[in-house]
This record gives sequence, C-alpha cells and structure tokens, in this order.
Amino acid sequence: MTDNTKKPKKVINKSKTKVPMREQAPMDRIMNFEEVPLGYTEDEAHQEALRCIDCKTKPCVAGCPVGIDIPAFLKLVGEKNFEGALRKIKEKNFLPAICGRVCPQEDQCEMVCTLNKPDKGREPGGIGRVERFLGDYAMEHNLTITPEIAPATGKTVAIIGSGPAGLTAASDLAQKGHKVTVFEALHKPGGVLFYGIPQFRMPKEILIREIDGMKDMGVEFVMNYPVGKAEPLDSIRQRFDAVFIGTGAGLPWFLGIPGENLNGVYSANEFLTRVNLMGGYKFPDGADTPVKKIKRIAVIGAGNTAMDSARTAKRLQPEVVYLVYRRSRLEMPARIEEIHHAEQEGIDFNLLHSPIEIIDDGKGAVGAIRCQEMELGEPDDSGRRRPIPIEGKIRDFAVDTVVISIGQGPNPLLSADCPELARDERRGTIVINDYAQTSFENVFAGGDIVTGGATVILAMGQGRVAADAMHRYLMTGDPAPADNESGDVCPNLT
Amino acid sequence: MGNKIIYTKELAPKTKLFEIEADHIAKRGRAGQFIILRVCDEGERIPLTIANRNPDKGTITLVFQEVGKTTEMLGQLAVGDEILDLAGPLGKATEIPTGKTVVCVGGGIGNAVVWPQVQALKEAGNKVIAILGARTKELLILEEEIMSLADMTITTTDDGSYGRKGMVTHALEDLIEEGEKVDEVITIGPVVMMKFVCKATEPHGIPTQASLNPIMVDGTGMCGACRVTVGGKTRFACVEGPEFDGHAVDFDELITRLAYYQPEERASADNYHRCRMEEAADNLGNHG
Repeated sequence: MTDNTKKPKKVINKSKTKVPMREQAPMDRIMNFEEVPLGYTEDEAHQEALRCIDCKTKPCVAGCPVGIDIPAFLKLVGEKNFEGALRKIKEKNFLPAICGRVCPQEDQCEMVCTLNKPDKGREPGGIGRVERFLGDYAMEHNLTITPEIAPATGKTVAIIGSGPAGLTAASDLAQKGHKVTVFEALHKPGGVLFYGIPQFRMPKEILIREIDGMKDMGVEFVMNYPVGKAEPLDSIRQRFDAVFIGTGAGLPWFLGIPGENLNGVYSANEFLTRVNLMGGYKFPDGADTPVKKIKRIAVIGAGNTAMDSARTAKRLQPEVVYLVYRRSRLEMPARIEEIHHAEQEGIDFNLLHSPIEIIDDGKGAVGAIRCQEMELGEPDDSGRRRPIPIEGKIRDFAVDTVVISIGQGPNPLLSADCPELARDERRGTIVINDYAQTSFENVFAGGDIVTGGATVILAMGQGRVAADAMHRYLMTGDPAPADNESGDVCPNLT
Repeated sequence: MGNKIIYTKELAPKTKLFEIEADHIAKRGRAGQFIILRVCDEGERIPLTIANRNPDKGTITLVFQEVGKTTEMLGQLAVGDEILDLAGPLGKATEIPTGKTVVCVGGGIGNAVVWPQVQALKEAGNKVIAILGARTKELLILEEEIMSLADMTITTTDDGSYGRKGMVTHALEDLIEEGEKVDEVITIGPVVMMKFVCKATEPHGIPTQASLNPIMVDGTGMCGACRVTVGGKTRFACVEGPEFDGHAVDFDELITRLAYYQPEERASADNYHRCRMEEAADNLGNHG
C-alpha cells in the first residue's frame, strides 16, 4: 500500500486534453473489418480518470440518459480499482463495452462536463473512453459482474425485440426478481447492435458476451419468434404479467425517385444486414449470403448509419465511395467522430447534392446517380438552413451501387397484427404515457418504436424508465411512483 | 424450439418434401404464408412457403427444390436432424373467398403452394379447379394430393409426357373459353408463367392473385430487398405480400431483380460442390 491510498488526497491530471486513444491507421483499417480505435491501456485509462476534478455539480450524471454515477467510477479508476469501477457502472448500465463505443458522449455526459471549455482549449473528461476500457477490461480478465438479483417475485415478463431498449428492460427486470423472456424475430439477439453496427465499430463478440451474462441472470431468449406473426400480442399479454415492446425502427425509407428499384440499389438496412448480420464480406468461403462486388458506390445521407454504410463499403475495396448529402456539413446528423473517421478513410464527401434519379446501365442495374446541386437558403422548420436547387447545375456520379440511408420508420410487423394498440396515425409509432404504458394496461413500450428513430443509448434510457414503471406496475398495479418516491418519466425525445 | 425433421420424401429429382416439428407455425400459419430458415452458422436465410400444416401434431410441411447451396444442404438433412433456425409464419395469408369458383394455377415447385390453397378454398366452400404444370412428367409434384381435394384437376406438361401437352396458360384459356364461370384465379410458379397467366385473365377481367418470390434477407420488413412494383408503387413482398394483384405487378422488374445475384449463387454452389468432392476424396484417401 502506498501513502496515496492510505491518505487519499486529490491527485489530478491537469492536462487540458484527453489522453489520446490509439487507432488503426486509416490505410490499414480499410483493408479489414477489425475495430478502428484500439482502446486505452490500464495506464492510459488511469491517467484519463485522474483528469476528473470531482466537481460538486456533477452535470455529467444528469447528462447520461441512464444516469451512471460517472464521477464515482472515474474516482475508482483513478485508484486503479477497475473491478470496483465496473461494479459502479453496472449499477446503472449493464453494457459498458457497448455504450463506451456507440454513445454520442459529445452530446451527453462529455458535453456538459465542467472541464469542457473549448474556447480555452480544454477538453471534457474522456468518459466514454474510460467506460469502454472498463467494458474491455471485464472481457479480457473474464470478469463476470452479475448484479445482485432480488428474490423471485413470481411475476413473468415478455420483452418483444432484443435491441438496446429490450435488452436494458430485460436486464433491469431480471435484476428486480422477475422471470424474463425475450422474443426476437431474427436468428441472433441484439437487434440493431447486431445487424446495424459494423464489426469495426463494435465487435460482435462483445455483444454476445453481454447477452451470455444476461442468460446467466436467468433471462430466457427465444429466437426466430416474430411476435405478431408467431403469436398475437393479445396472447402474449395474457400469458405474461407484463409485456415490453421494443421492436425498433426497422422499416427503411426510400427517396421516391425514379430508378430506385434497379439492381444495385440497397437500403442501408439491407446493405448492413448483408454484411454485419449475415457476414457477406466473407462470401463465398466464410458465409453464404453474398454482397455484390462493388466498384463505385454512392451512399445517400449523412447520419451515423450513412457513415457506417460508407465505411463498410470502403472495406469491400471498391475504387471509390461517394457520400451524397443534400445539406451542408453543419447539418450532418452523424457524430463528429464518425464523420472524422469516414474522412480519414477516404470517403468522398459530396455535400449540397440532392439525388434526383438513379440511371439504368441498360441491363436493369445502376449506372449512375443524378444529383441536383444545392445551396443553403433560409432556415426551415427544423431550424436548419433549407437546401435550395441551383438552377441548371446537375451532376452525374458513375456508380454501380447506391445505398439509401435517409432514415427509417417504426417496424410494422407487430402493430399490423394488433390494430387495437394505440399508435400515432402519422408516424406509425406506438403511443405511451409518462410511464411508458401503452393503451393496453400491462403492455409497455420504448426505444425507436416509440420515438421513430433515435440512438442506442436513448433507447436504453427508455428501456430503463419502462422497466422501473413495469416493476411498480407488477408490484402495486400502478406504474406511477407513489407520492413519496421519485421516478423518472420518459424523456421527451421527439 | 427443436424444429426436428420427422418425415422426408423425394417428390421428384432434386425436389423434396420435409415434415418438421414447428408447433406455433403449425397452429398460427395460414395458406400463402411462408417461413424463413437457415441450415448452418453463417448460412443464408431463405424463404419457403408453408406447403401444409398439421396443428394437432404440431408439424409443418415444406417442399423445396435443390437449386443452390442452402437448398442442397437442406436436402442432405434426414429424419431426426434439426433445422438450425426456422422463423414464421411470415407474410400475409391468401385471401380466401367463399362460394366462388376459383382456379389455382401452379407450375413446377409452385404446386406445393397450390396444395394448401386448394385445401383452404375448399374448406371455405368454393368450387376449386386446379391446373398443375410441369416441364415433364417426372417433375410433376403433388398431383394426387391436390386432385383428392379439388373439384377438377387439369395437368399439363411442356413436352406432353403426361396429361395435356403445353402450357398451363393454354389450359386456363381453354377453360375460360369453354364457358366455365371463373370468379378468381390464384397463380404460383415461375415468374414468366405467372406473367402469362395474368395476361390471359386480364382481358376477361378475372381478379388474379400472384404469389411472388423475390429475393429476401430478413423477411420481416426490415431490409427492402424484396421490393416489387405493384400498380406503380413500391411494396415489400415479405410484409405486404407475398400475394399481389397480378394485373398490377411489374413482372419484368421482378425477373431482373431475381437475376441480380445469380452469378454469386452459382459461385456459392460450385464452391460447395468442390468442397464436398474434396471431402469425399479425403475420405476415400483415409479409407483406401
């Protein structure tokens, strides 16, 4: 034992910037599907944790959709008590290795960090990086930190959809002593975490490990079971005491321009599913689902999914990957880090270009994508400057593949078979009250099926709020907290 | 969810029938719906229409033709083996009228889907005429099963080796011209056949449902690989179909889209054959 641990005095790393994270070099990584950021070493994580000044206001905790006690876990890392830090995170978030990778920390905990003073050149604490380190540390050291499970309540819960919202709700409810069964339509659990997020952003092994941990907690997973088709919601809600719907935003949008059904036009969902879920990049020796050999490809859109698609395409070794977006850089919805990675990897950004037609190569496949060049006008309803066409400025990109990544709507599979479930007529999303309760008393919902399309961590936050409400409902019959206890309401995300 | 194979039968060369344990699909499935299956890790997801169901026994029947790697691997399985992944029932069920005269036109492997349709149509009190086509006699499947249910069954072979010589469309046209009052036609088979069946019924204004078989990946409305143009609008066959108004379907687009991955499908099958031959050679070596 050193003096430091005996008499804890504040040791602060006064560096203005985060401890840098090592990455695979761009020219190396575009040749493989391995992860890009390599993660912190123990020393790096320790140094970064010491940057936290343990301020009184702790804005980061409020900035975290699942309310992790961030200063507390950073302090433990500062003491090199990695296992303790993991336990602290797992009180609120059972998926640190995933969240450390896919959360937009720059818009959440790190944005509100007291250290964050860009005008003074001071960066926020690298909360996401340390969180990720801990998740990886657990895996490398084979640490299974199973949270304490409350005595069995005898209540049963069905979770429909095994994406981020469903997994969070399942884990929370299992911890509270309920018997949880997760139903998934696909053959692998994880939803968007499996089919959407590419291997180079989050290795599938991490997800599989987290899910194995849930199985150890007694959560049962039923694959290949599309509720609504395999069994009506009505039957599920009679069989279980409470039900959570987290079926996500799985219905891809198309542009509605001529030529969209030509061969070689994919939704981002199809493209990413072929590569991520089905392993198309290993075709034909390592996997049976093909993805076409691409020479020149255009990805339409500028969200995180568009960046994932463009970077995935790049790893299939084409001559060129264009990214085509009708607005300017400022309006791009993707995380800065993702845009930065895409640029490093040589994605050819074409901003202020709006696709107007996909042109046939004469054989029923894509030959080119025709775009209208745009300029920025006055702000529109969303507050972003509206793109307006520049007359006569048309540009063709010669490509053989087009990936449409302009967003998606709520998955219709379940609601189509249950018209009585109250939905937002226009958006098709499931309507819930402050306690995540749908129009059926014992059915709750959260994630993209409610918001229409947001991020992994927001879906997880909603899964958590719903789980709390469901627990109260199961124990008292009322999902609202009693007057003398606190309870989160669903964050308004729309 | 075992999905154990409990019965197999070879209906024609490279065409097999499997009866599989799948309780919830047997109970909830309806004529016209399909399942998606996978036979191995890193395997493809392929859609197959449910050919028959036995709700009491908790089994479903699938009929498939070995046309690529996945269906060939499926064909290697035997009684007692389990299907790795089996999801369903997916898609919409066939809309079954009551008290009508309905003609079901099947071709090749499509006859496997005619079978449950005829059954459902009969149960709903319709007069059902089945027209079953095949290239040649030995490829004709399920004739007996369908004949035992339908009010009338016409069989055609392209080469005249059995039944009437010629195409199913000719048999259908003759039936209409002979004055049979046909209220509705349901067709399932090769896309070109369905296209011509729809062309034959259009001048007579006979509503015609075509069961489409586009490429699918997830089969749950998530990817859009299966999109087809119907009446100028893009529809997802997996959740909005697989049956659509045949007079509004853009069959030429469907044919083009189905052909897109043919080179890869061939490469995959060739690869698989090579592997199996090498394996066989190794085994010979070991035992020789």
